[in-house]
Amino acid sequence: MSASLVDISSVSHRFGQQVVLKNVSLQIEPGSYTILLGPSGSGKTTLLSILGGFVTPSEGKVFIRGEDCTSVPPAKRPTTTVFQDYALFPHMTVGANVGFGLRMQGVDGARRAAKAREALALVGLAAAFDKKPHQLSGGQRQRVALARALVIEPAVLLLDEPLGALDLKLRRQMQDELKAIQKRVGTAFIHVTHDQEEAMALADHCVVMNDGRIEDEGPPERVYARPATRFSATFMGESTILSGTVTEAKSGTVTVATSAGPISLPGAPQPGAKVALAIRPEHLVLGATGGAVALGSAKVRDVVFQGSFKRILASSVEDPTLQFIAKAPASAAVQPGDTIAVSCNAGDIILLTD
Amino acid sequence: MRRIVRIAAWLYALAVYGFIFLPVIVLVLFSLQATSFPIPPFTGPSLRWYQAVLSDTRLTSALVNSLAVAILSSAAAVTLGFLSAWGFARFTLPSSTLLRGLITLPLTVSYLIIGMGLLVLFNWAGLPKSLLAAGIGHVVINLPLCFAIIYSQMGDHQINIERAARDLGAPEWKVLLLITVPVMAPAIFAGFFLSMTFSWDEFVISFLLTRFDTTLPVEIWNLLRSGLNPKTNAVGSLVFAVSIVLVVLFELTLLRRTPA
Repeated sequence: MSASLVDISSVSHRFGQQVVLKNVSLQIEPGSYTILLGPSGSGKTTLLSILGGFVTPSEGKVFIRGEDCTSVPPAKRPTTTVFQDYALFPHMTVGANVGFGLRMQGVDGARRAAKAREALALVGLAAAFDKKPHQLSGGQRQRVALARALVIEPAVLLLDEPLGALDLKLRRQMQDELKAIQKRVGTAFIHVTHDQEEAMALADHCVVMNDGRIEDEGPPERVYARPATRFSATFMGESTILSGTVTEAKSGTVTVATSAGPISLPGAPQPGAKVALAIRPEHLVLGATGGAVALGSAKVRDVVFQGSFKRILASSVEDPTLQFIAKAPASAAVQPGDTIAVSCNAGDIILLTD
Repeated sequence: MRRIVRIAAWLYALAVYGFIFLPVIVLVLFSLQATSFPIPPFTGPSLRWYQAVLSDTRLTSALVNSLAVAILSSAAAVTLGFLSAWGFARFTLPSSTLLRGLITLPLTVSYLIIGMGLLVLFNWAGLPKSLLAAGIGHVVINLPLCFAIIYSQMGDHQINIERAARDLGAPEWKVLLLITVPVMAPAIFAGFFLSMTFSWDEFVISFLLTRFDTTLPVEIWNLLRSGLNPKTNAVGSLVFAVSIVLVVLFELTLLRRTPA
């Protein structure tokens, strides 16, 4: 048995004819903050439901603390879930909501109240003990749901798009608090989201999912800098993607023929292999004094001012289907309609084998 | 011209409400008659006929019977209605639409047919005519109603609330008792009070299915066979007053939902 806290082993799931998870395996370490990131329909919520016990997978096994929990009901497994709509009990006070799990364990009233107060203090809502859920704001309800799930000290806390219903400012604020609370309690959090900024800000371990599979997983810095697949290169942050074929490979350097010309970079694929080259917007250099790898010239289609920088969309002159996404300083004098030289450095190019 | 239309509209409304409420007003008015006949001129007001009703043990025991049948049959109807609504809302059942249709079907069948059917059935099963038989009849007519009211309020937004309770370690019966029932309380009480209203002044089924101990509407009918007197008006007014209280309770429980 592995030392992982959670071990998802070759899990597949079907809803009727539709396959939503395809042979997914994933290990989760104690005390980690794991983010399942993916577009809707990628299977991330189903995977969370399988962890929570609300769905029994068609195939595969789930081990939590080394025990086979595959078909253990939610009540009997060491996980609790924070639901997207919070699912607070509307007829109970906040204190009774938080104490509910302890009540089910048969903890007496006085100890229950004390622990519920402690949990509410942890999320910064000590004063709300006697209030009813409908008297609280969205962000406060979110914290109550968090306190309610944490008070019974689960081995794993599951969060289903917990910030999805909050407005942007509150979302960023709750995001920081979630991370702080997770560090304080040391419980492993597994958090589902489709927001890649949320993923990068929160995750120790980021799992990118698409179409029922794990596309990539690892620390968010690594997933961003060196995405394993074309999908994660485009979903976790933006990229300019150049498709091409390897024409030459020797001593760890390959030459790839692309519509922007031949590009040499470090890599291992064999000649003839179809590859994709991804370049992050901040690595594209615009203008004559550029990087070592020339990517031809491009016609600027759109310049979007974003405060601290300008986001520039341009089409390649050599191949109009090739779209460049670049980041320029806010002071850059680039106008739509300009034709501009595009280049980059070989070390910043991400080589993806299709 | 517009003035005439407005006056005509008022007269029309008055006529409609008069048509609906005049019989009730006449009934209540002549229950306060001081002399022995409920016909004009009005000689009251006097409470002597109410006194007569309350000292008539046949009427008072019928009133108690009616209340007992209404409360117990409504409790049974609302319990069964709630459980079937929960079953239909939370589980995928084979041919669910057909079964849902069947459960609400008695709403469209006349009370006479239901009463006769039950009479034949109880006769065959050896259950004598009694208040119990009438109570079962009232469950049959009120269960579809309770089901329809509760099912309509049992939305998907409660599914996650129940899931959360299960997730926090609640066994299924505690989920139902501590979460689903309190959350659904307005619909459950509404169903209960509406059932009581219908059971309280139901005549046909009670008439067919009771013999010695009987309910108030049947007892009133017995009284009417010996001709009209202000006592029948008095007891009728009492029945009406209780009905009003029940309907008001029903509306209050439904309206109370809005702030949540």
